[in-house]
Amino acid sequence: MTPAVIDASFEVNEGEIFVVMGLSGSGKSTLIRMLNGLLPATSGRVSVDGQDITTMSDRQIREMRQNKMSMVFQHFALFPHRTVLQNAAYGLQIQGLGREERLEKAREALGLVGLNGWEDHVPAQLSGGMRQRVGLARALAADTEVLLMDEAFSALDPLIRREMQDQLLSLQAKLGKTIVFITHDLNEAMRLGDRIAMMRQGRIVQIGTAEEILTHPANDYVAQFVQDVDRTRVLTASSVMNKPAVTIGAGSGPRAALRLMREHQYSALFVVERDGTLAGVITDAAAAEAANQGADTLRGILSQDVAAVGPDTVVSDLFAPSAESVLPLAVLDEDRTLLGVIPRATLLAALGEIGTADPGDAANAKEVAADV
Amino acid sequence: MSELTLAADGWQVPRIPVGEWVETGVDWLEDNLGAFFDAISTGIVETVDAIATVLQWPPPWVMFIVFAALALWLRGWKLAVGSVVGFALMDGLDAFEPAMLTLALVLFAGVIAVVVSVPLGILAARSDRASGIIKPVMDFLQTVPPFVYLIPAVSLFSIGVGAGLVATVVFAIPPGVRLTELGIRQVDKEMVEAGEAFGSPPARILTGIQIPLAMPSIMAGINQIIMLSLSMVVIAGMVGAPGLGAEVFEAITRLQLGAGFEYGLSVVILAIYLDRITAGIGELSPVSRALARASA
Repeated sequence: MTPAVIDASFEVNEGEIFVVMGLSGSGKSTLIRMLNGLLPATSGRVSVDGQDITTMSDRQIREMRQNKMSMVFQHFALFPHRTVLQNAAYGLQIQGLGREERLEKAREALGLVGLNGWEDHVPAQLSGGMRQRVGLARALAADTEVLLMDEAFSALDPLIRREMQDQLLSLQAKLGKTIVFITHDLNEAMRLGDRIAMMRQGRIVQIGTAEEILTHPANDYVAQFVQDVDRTRVLTASSVMNKPAVTIGAGSGPRAALRLMREHQYSALFVVERDGTLAGVITDAAAAEAANQGADTLRGILSQDVAAVGPDTVVSDLFAPSAESVLPLAVLDEDRTLLGVIPRATLLAALGEIGTADPGDAANAKEVAADV
Repeated sequence: MSELTLAADGWQVPRIPVGEWVETGVDWLEDNLGAFFDAISTGIVETVDAIATVLQWPPPWVMFIVFAALALWLRGWKLAVGSVVGFALMDGLDAFEPAMLTLALVLFAGVIAVVVSVPLGILAARSDRASGIIKPVMDFLQTVPPFVYLIPAVSLFSIGVGAGLVATVVFAIPPGVRLTELGIRQVDKEMVEAGEAFGSPPARILTGIQIPLAMPSIMAGINQIIMLSLSMVVIAGMVGAPGLGAEVFEAITRLQLGAGFEYGLSVVILAIYLDRITAGIGELSPVSRALARASA
């Protein structure tokens, strides 16, 4: 017998969405079932809050599942003979909560997933997306810290899937659960995962953030796997920006600014304060006029018309501001410190690199370039 | 040399006295546990008498109304009307009294068969080893011709209601066991996993998830139990079980074609009624009702 999962070591941090990504047969479903003891691990340890569940008695495991971990299933696994409300209350009923209390909590959970008014329907009356919301509400109602989601959105059609992903992310922002999410859909993994574990043939081949996996794939398998990912939705401004090489201090005069512009053939400059925060932009026209009038500081003639983006803005969201702005995009952090700039050319070049991520294509491109 | 000649003549498998073994076994049971079987037999006779007394106590038209009301509740007005017509026809054939006796036998045999077969089916569904033992036994019970049950039953319980009822129960058990096992095994694995994942203990998964979801199949098994009970109770008329079976058997032995047809027709009416009613009970299960709501 070949083990379904071998050599898979990882830690999930509190409050993160940890995605396990792999194709069918990679052992990811087995892996998630070992986390709550549905399948026993033949060797190794699974510890939850420091307690090793592989050494627990059946009763202890049941208690752990009731209080610490709940699960959302691929095909929803709702009980057809119970109403939506009774389904959502299932975990609480097993925990032994009184009827009134558990129905109240179940109602709240259904409200969280936007299913108010559907309490008395039966699952067969609901659409797929709504059924999985009930599945999610059932897991949320149990009020466990850990949520195991086994291909939770895989059975849904793409539009609904996207909607559910958004809902999960917004719920997560509110609730801060620790989520282990299994999927075979790389885009889903990239969208949801704070960190992603790539699985192949029962082994974890790489663990990292979406960006780490895209930019530094651990091996050819991962590289091949990620080559079709829409990188513009994963890569962020911070990974494509240039260092702000040419800036001018806010204390300098217009003549210094003009000289710097001439030197570098720029028509405008970013002006920074001493602490590195962005003060504004000085254009050549404004600088020349100020110089003619004999002004000796840039303050007062700075333009605030800067297209600023955050370092975590994904590349696909940079195109629109870049197109509208004459100047390069300024990448600012929360304190308005200028981290970098993204001229249009840089953005286009980054896009070009993204498009030729395949090593073979890249080699071809180089050859062509050499011929020219 | 003589052996060789024998071989040339054609060697035969020696006679294997299985029949004698069975006889010896049944005789042994009779000699040693005779009192036990007598007690069972007495218990059966008294219970069936009690049920039959209740069914025969009101005037027939009251029973028509009871049957019709039951039909109306479980299936609707068509069966209610049909049952009044059917039972009135039966009364017109002077077959209502024996039919109530037959019904008493079917109800009692059916209840016992359900009580035995459903737990056996659950056991078989939960343990592959138990299933490995139970399945061939059920195959055996189901394929033995029904008449054959009557012989040991008569030896142990002597001619009469007891023998007929025991043979009926044994004959009716297999579909109950099979359909219960099948129903529980067919419950979606993910449902059971959902129960486990929320920390439900096995007994609660069984009562709260597996049995409710298997109910349509279990009810189909109960329907089969009732139908097989009815057919066997009629056959058991040959060994002295009272009711329609005894009347049919008497008609056969006296070659009374008309009487045989009349009582046969009564059996058919009773069979249709019982079949529709037990199918109707199946539709009361929570799963069936939920699905009905969804399609409404």
